[in-house]
Amino acid sequence: MSGAPRPTQPSGLDAHAIGAAIGSRLRARDLSAAPDALNLLESTTLEDREQGAALLAAVSPAALGSEASGHIVGVTGPPGAGKSTLLSALLHAWRDDGRTVAMLAVDPSSRRSGGSLLGDRARIDFDPSDAGVFIRSTSAGEQLGGLASATRAAAQALAAAFDVVVIETVGVGQAETDVADVADTVVVVVQPGSGDVLQFLKSGIMEIPDVLVVTKADLGQVAVRTRRDLSAALRSLGSRATRVIAVSSLSPPQGVQELVAALEAHRVELDLPERRLHARRASALADYAREHGERGLSALGGRRAAQATLAKQDPGADVPSLVSALERRAGG
Amino acid sequence: MGATRPYNGCMDEIRNPRLPERDRPWMMRTYAGHSTAKASNELYRRNLQKGQTGLSVAFDLPTQTGYDPDDELARGEVGKVGVPVSHRGDMAALMDGIPLGEMNTSMTINATAAWLLALYIVAAEEQGVSQESLQGTTQNDIVKEFLARGTYAFGPAPSLRLIADMIAYTVEHVPKWNPINICSYHLQEAGATPVQEIAYAMSNAIAVLDAVRERVPAERMGQVFGRISFFVNAGVRFVEEHAKLRAMGILWEELGRERYGVSDPKHLRFRYGVQVNSLGLTEAQPENNVQRIVLEALAVTLGRDARARAMQLPAWNEALGLPRPWDQQWSLRIQQVLAYETDILEYPDIFEGSHVMEALVTELLEGARAEMAVVAEHGGAVEAVPYMKGALVDAHRERIQRIESGEQTVVGQNRFTETEDSPLTADGDGGILVVDPAVEAEQIDAVRRWRSERDQAAVDTALGELARVATLASASGEAAADAENLMIPTIAAARAGATTGEWARTLREVFGSYRAPTGVGEAAPASADAELGELRDRVAALGEQLGRRPKILVGKPGLDGHSNGAEQIAVRARDAGMDVVYEGIRLTPAQIAASARQEGVHVIGLSILSGSHRELIPAVIDALRDAGVSAPVIVGGIIPDQDVAPLKEAGVAAVYTPKDFDITEIVSDIVELIAAEAERSRSGAPATVA
Repeated sequence: MSGAPRPTQPSGLDAHAIGAAIGSRLRARDLSAAPDALNLLESTTLEDREQGAALLAAVSPAALGSEASGHIVGVTGPPGAGKSTLLSALLHAWRDDGRTVAMLAVDPSSRRSGGSLLGDRARIDFDPSDAGVFIRSTSAGEQLGGLASATRAAAQALAAAFDVVVIETVGVGQAETDVADVADTVVVVVQPGSGDVLQFLKSGIMEIPDVLVVTKADLGQVAVRTRRDLSAALRSLGSRATRVIAVSSLSPPQGVQELVAALEAHRVELDLPERRLHARRASALADYAREHGERGLSALGGRRAAQATLAKQDPGADVPSLVSALERRAGG
Repeated sequence: MGATRPYNGCMDEIRNPRLPERDRPWMMRTYAGHSTAKASNELYRRNLQKGQTGLSVAFDLPTQTGYDPDDELARGEVGKVGVPVSHRGDMAALMDGIPLGEMNTSMTINATAAWLLALYIVAAEEQGVSQESLQGTTQNDIVKEFLARGTYAFGPAPSLRLIADMIAYTVEHVPKWNPINICSYHLQEAGATPVQEIAYAMSNAIAVLDAVRERVPAERMGQVFGRISFFVNAGVRFVEEHAKLRAMGILWEELGRERYGVSDPKHLRFRYGVQVNSLGLTEAQPENNVQRIVLEALAVTLGRDARARAMQLPAWNEALGLPRPWDQQWSLRIQQVLAYETDILEYPDIFEGSHVMEALVTELLEGARAEMAVVAEHGGAVEAVPYMKGALVDAHRERIQRIESGEQTVVGQNRFTETEDSPLTADGDGGILVVDPAVEAEQIDAVRRWRSERDQAAVDTALGELARVATLASASGEAAADAENLMIPTIAAARAGATTGEWARTLREVFGSYRAPTGVGEAAPASADAELGELRDRVAALGEQLGRRPKILVGKPGLDGHSNGAEQIAVRARDAGMDVVYEGIRLTPAQIAASARQEGVHVIGLSILSGSHRELIPAVIDALRDAGVSAPVIVGGIIPDQDVAPLKEAGVAAVYTPKDFDITEIVSDIVELIAAEAERSRSGAPATVA
């Protein structure tokens, strides 16, 4: 549908039918359902939110029988670090391996002006006739910090259909923390000579990512030095797990295959159910807090008590169900 | 020049203020070309008979961006805004019967300039004329393509490398050629203020000269500097515009002396050609454009110290569509009346000693120097493209807002709008040139025939050599002085019979593809005004109703790079609170359809100024419907009246042309359209479009 502002409800179906239908298309790995899923999950009308909950229930671990198999990769870094060029190269590498890819590009500028200019997809080089690629630009939403609830929900839903789901955000500091709440693997992209990233890491402003990418490796010495400094800083912080990879997308490209392998390796080592469960609970708490504010959190007895409530829920439950559980608890 | 040079006249001269001998007129040209090389050749010969003294070749967009007529991206554009030239056969036909040893030819060609110059050199060879005697200009200014015009093919570094190679080659082998025209023209068309126009053009020249300095021996720098010419614009505020040109002359001389150590006064002279302003030409009461063009021509001819070397004037009906030969003749006659009937060529500089002119020049110089410093802080013109692009989008928006509010008068458009019907546009053709749609198919056949009849092995060898030299250049860094010059294999490929598309593809494969920044992300949010405030409220209310922010895709299909209109709509829609997907220029119908579908937009706005709307808009609509997108489509651009009905039949909900200058009103219409569509889909009524 895409063009129509929202799905119209065929008569005779119950209120959750459309969401559930989109969910089962995703479950069947029907990639053409992705735009419809996003249109629904981004919508704030009451009816669409119920449909969206039905969609998420249809792709929940409980419904799938396991965690969604797609790899959710968060990519973040300061503006101008070369994220778009890197993502174009990654996209080609994944497609050459036959993997389907969804990208959610989050635009931070919308917080400033109300409206937003979403131009990121233009910087990603891809074949428009390739049905195995889905790119959606989303504005960051009104709240400061944190990904829009729709982006988190979309990543979780699309992971049921696509092999790789990328969430691209801009920034250093808060950004990779936000993305860590939903991604399986967090990649921070920096360009050579980024002393600030080094400082952020050392001072703890920035959490340690799973993979650090130094772009523009063609710049030679300065790239080598940046890579070395970052590795040294990570070692001094006691992190041996983080891989530091230098890439160059200028021909001849280098490092992209190494990066693909590093992402895959991180995914293999990862306790996926644990990370996803954490992600769903973090999402639920963020959604609840956004909806009900500090007063809502107090009604639950504070953040820690809320987390305790979430910990008692079915590990296979989807985010809307978890939010409902919190609401029931606060109401009772 | 002018304002700084002490007054060197004497009392005798003041008693007799005339020049001892009347000056020779500037070079008179008409920017022309359409359909085919043969048709354009006939047009050139007729123009020369009418007293035109030089040629100005307009190439079609596929030729300008490096595609053959049978390329997917060329669809709808072949022979439209200029002549298609795909190989040396086309160039020979274009110049048939025109003695290239005597002609002075200006080619508006940039990304593919090296290639078109090579074809011109080969065409001259075939006429028995050696390259040493060729005179003319290749525009060849890539920075302004990133900023304003959009016909780039390669990224900044390889583009500069090509330009530097061309300059190094021509200074040595084609010494009378102007290898580059630094263009401030297109900056004004994109909304630049006079200060921005001066500053960005000069910064651009610095970027080019710095690159060439690496490629030529130091003792040649004076010659190189002397071969750099400018292509400027002149708006209707012609006193200030004249001051602008005097200021540019002063800055140029300063730059030559101080930065490049040039001392020969001949090399230091600021030489420029001009096409006067098209941005200010109106679709409403188009006959008024004649007065505007005349006044703008005065800006570049009145003062002898800053007079144009060559001039081409737009036609009165450019905001309506492509001008016909008669329309262009009218503009040539304006030049001839100025040169041959008036007395402007009889005097020394008439502004010398004018305090007003001097103060104006000083003011512009101060502004330009400050702005040049900002560009330098960004790391020079190439690095500062996003900054300059954003500044131009902002300046253009301010200009539009002044016209919308009535603060700036545009006669016949926002004031004195009562009018009689114009007999000029009463003809069946609507007063414009319409290119025969059969031309495209003919050119596709012709280029395929050319490829099948040539010596393929020779072409393969030549292109292989081109790739080798390009790869060396790319690997050894952009400025290696000892790298081989790309002009050599380019000329060899032209001689062997390679095509425009093949030459460009070979280089694209080595250099990689490139998309320029759109500038809209950098544009500052609008200041609050009441009208926009109301619109914001409506957008917010519509968002509540839809469940998410109204989302629009602004797309430019085809090869047309004139993105000002699309950018202004994108920025204003954002300021009104919409989510705007804008991907820049040169999109295929498939790309637009995929974006619209994936992004879940509520409306699609398409912009085309090249005249290819009749082919491309229906193609985009088909692609959208195939992708399952039912969102309404609106179209903006230079759309002749007679094309509006067929577009609406093809499924377009609304058409906007230059007379719809109030952008807030257009965005307001778009909001209404989305609301109506939402209403329709809720009530389950059948679609009104498609």
